[in-house]
Amino acid sequence: MTAPRPISLTVNGERLKGEALPRMLLVDFLRDVLGKTGTHVGCEHGVCGACTVIVDGMATRSCLMFAVQAQGVEILTVEGLADGEALHPLQKLFSEHRALQCGFCTPGMLMTAIDLVENNNSLSEDDIKIGMSAALCRCTGYEGIIKAVTSYAEQVYDKPARGKENNG
Amino acid sequence: MADTMPSYIGRSVTRREDNRLIMGEGSFVGDIKLEGMLHVAIVRSQLAHASIEGVNLDAARNVKGAVLALSGADLKDVLPPISGMQVTAPKTWRDGMDPQIEIPDQALMPYDKLRYVGEPYALVVAENRYIAEDAAELIDGQFKPLSPVVSAEAARVEGAALVHEHLPGNVAASLHAKTGEGATALELAPHRLKRRYYHHRYAAMPMECRGVIAEFDSRTGGITVWSSTQVVHWVRREVANALDMPEERVRVIAPDVGGGFGGKGHVYPEDILVAYLAKKLGRPVKWLEDRHEHLLNAAHSRDNLFDIEVGFDDEGKISAIKNYFIVDSGAYSPVGAAIAGNSIAHFMGPYDIPHYEADCKVMMTNRTPNAPYRGAGRPEVAFAMERSIDLVANELGIDPAEVRFRNMIQPEQMPYAVGLPYRDGVMIEYDSGDYPEALRKALEGIGGLEAFRKRQKVALAEGLYLGLGIGCYVEGTGIGPFEGATVKIDSSGKVMVATGACPQGQGHETAFAQVAADIWGVKMEDVVVTLADTSHVTMGYGTIASRSAVTASGAIQKSSDKVKEKVFAIAANILEASESDLELRGGSVGVKGVPEMSVTLKEVANAAQPGWMHQRPEGVDAGLEDTAYYEPPTVTWAYAANAAIVEIEVETGEIKIEKYVEVHDAGTLINPGIADGQVKGGLVQGIGGALFEELRYDENGQLMTGSFIDYLLPTASDVPPIDVIHSETPSPRNAFGFKGLGEGGAIAPPAVVANGVCDALRPFGAELNSTPVRAEEVLGIIERGTRVSE
Repeated sequence: MTAPRPISLTVNGERLKGEALPRMLLVDFLRDVLGKTGTHVGCEHGVCGACTVIVDGMATRSCLMFAVQAQGVEILTVEGLADGEALHPLQKLFSEHRALQCGFCTPGMLMTAIDLVENNNSLSEDDIKIGMSAALCRCTGYEGIIKAVTSYAEQVYDKPARGKENNG
Repeated sequence: MADTMPSYIGRSVTRREDNRLIMGEGSFVGDIKLEGMLHVAIVRSQLAHASIEGVNLDAARNVKGAVLALSGADLKDVLPPISGMQVTAPKTWRDGMDPQIEIPDQALMPYDKLRYVGEPYALVVAENRYIAEDAAELIDGQFKPLSPVVSAEAARVEGAALVHEHLPGNVAASLHAKTGEGATALELAPHRLKRRYYHHRYAAMPMECRGVIAEFDSRTGGITVWSSTQVVHWVRREVANALDMPEERVRVIAPDVGGGFGGKGHVYPEDILVAYLAKKLGRPVKWLEDRHEHLLNAAHSRDNLFDIEVGFDDEGKISAIKNYFIVDSGAYSPVGAAIAGNSIAHFMGPYDIPHYEADCKVMMTNRTPNAPYRGAGRPEVAFAMERSIDLVANELGIDPAEVRFRNMIQPEQMPYAVGLPYRDGVMIEYDSGDYPEALRKALEGIGGLEAFRKRQKVALAEGLYLGLGIGCYVEGTGIGPFEGATVKIDSSGKVMVATGACPQGQGHETAFAQVAADIWGVKMEDVVVTLADTSHVTMGYGTIASRSAVTASGAIQKSSDKVKEKVFAIAANILEASESDLELRGGSVGVKGVPEMSVTLKEVANAAQPGWMHQRPEGVDAGLEDTAYYEPPTVTWAYAANAAIVEIEVETGEIKIEKYVEVHDAGTLINPGIADGQVKGGLVQGIGGALFEELRYDENGQLMTGSFIDYLLPTASDVPPIDVIHSETPSPRNAFGFKGLGEGGAIAPPAVVANGVCDALRPFGAELNSTPVRAEEVLGIIERGTRVSE
């Protein structure tokens, strides 16, 4: 086994350092080394989306990336969404629209939605459904999630989310 | 109930659980980290059926960082197996079901033979999970493959290998029941229809896999177990039994649990193994299941094969049903014959059928153990029954909706006696509801029956294949034997409520705060709810079987009633008033009609304390605290009618659900927003089972769908437009009018989808009598079928 490597990166705006063996997954590094347990592990093979975080502006499966690959990157996790006690607008919408039940998929769902909405200029209802199908929820049947993300897109784009064009 | 505060029951208040979960501050088993914690990796069988010749642990033991390696042989004389009967049945049920039950016990790790792919036979404990998995890979097991028994049908074949040597014919349980004249009444029916139906195997598949942590306390000799479970008190019982400890010294906590749906509703070997390891090693031990293990090893469900015969007359009135079926229960059956019992009891659904006979065999096979999953025996029979009704309608040329109306129990027949015992031993009596009205509303929801039939005809002329799928069911909910609750008011004046309910996303912290706030006439924020922790309520049952709203509310009420007696006695003493003149109002006890005369619950709680300063009247004991156990008289009956329009893409066989409507009645709703989410979530799981999800085995007993690449869960883009309409016919069986609703949504979709597809493909003479409904089968029907011109 090779030696642990030092890794420095920015998580939720904070410069952090840690050590990881080359084979350590980013999600394990975030959870076990940095203590950011808001990001969850659901399948460890890149399908369920529970471990989704934003790496350098892009939604990324942290179970499909090694910690050593995160040297120097900027990561946003669920812990970085709220401003102290003040919830991020998307978090508020998730609660309002009953977009969560057990809450296990929720962090990955939120990060998937942030990427979808913020990396596009407009989204149709189909775009949102297809975009959000990158993450699995077993509890809600998705209705509340789609409503929450649609509402968030309307806030971000400052207009109703409709139309069929996909800018993603 | 207090009448001076606005009622919380019936309001969609925001969930208390939400904030921590959306902020990433929930605490699931995987998130818990204890000082010096070790990690377990489990080695699992890769063969469906094999004798164990030897397990060499030496290489694993030599891995740096590996602390302990064990195989089944090391535990053989140390830990007893888990009883095959985690759920008991009352004598009155046994009298009505004529059961012969010999459910095998389940070794925590077998030493002699392996019975399914995924069964644990060795484990490693190491400083971290990476090392544990490295070492686990070095464990060298020697096996002699045995002939695998790969399905319930194969298990019945003469000369089939035996999964358990002491169960001849691989039969673990036989049940038999009848009403009226039973199957002999078929002979008198003008028409008979005979069919074989198969409901396939799929599973709960929560997004959080299972996980267990245990920590031994050498000072007290006690152990604390955190398990991702729906039944903390069962886990406590089995851990205490296996480790020969007093239950008082075993504390089991289910922290935030990431979905359960029944799959976490019984005790698994790992719950006990991890506790044992923590005690043996004197260090905290953690085991987290990965998704592959979950697919292989967490309980599967459904997997029933039915031979059904229905007798009916020219009008479509069904007079008799014979329901003979076998269940592929896999290698073990953790809740015994409970699912099969549900299947027998629920077959006739909302229909008035005088003669019925059921016979069931629970078969042991070399598949993963079968345990309840959302619906638990009901989706299987709803499929067989609702398909049969459509086929009866086809034979007679009557609309399937009309055949249902002709057979349904009418509201004036309520309460309706079915003539079979429920699992709680009480003869089934449907308590309340209007079944035909539910179906009428469901049909209205899809735009009306007549309008749809016209549209269907026009569409067909244009080469578009539209179908109407209908599915109705009833569901016994809120089953006993009991639930426990402790209610206290401490010197802060807050109402503390603890129950044995163990939520996994149902919003219990919110819902029970609503219930308790109404019982006490206080603000919700003055109610503190503690759940899923054995240290807070002595005996509890857990959250399975759509039971907690009914049973935990009943227990909260019962203990509250006893605490209230003391509150009133003490308040009367303080206020120098008569108890009968007092009322609860907004966190106080006051004299009726005299607004200025009142005393707060906080003051009463302080007056109730033991010691010199108390203000209790003579004969009233100190403290405001009581624990009570609610034993429901029997179940409450939720019901629903479903209607969906499906469209078939004839070029590809693709099945599109244009609209899905469920009219659901679970009595009085505590929190309609939560209730709506429960039913819709269940519906989408049902649609997943109808169309995508399948635990498919090959001829060697290997699971072919062992990852999320092959086991397809519904995604956001797979979900059709769904309307859920809630009726609220109160149950007369509890003070609140509640019925249970966690499972309902998942029951009907396989039947509804199959009926809709067959209705759309009627011109091809389509008949689909097994699930899942696959596009390739639909395409096969289209290609084979001769289009019958209308």
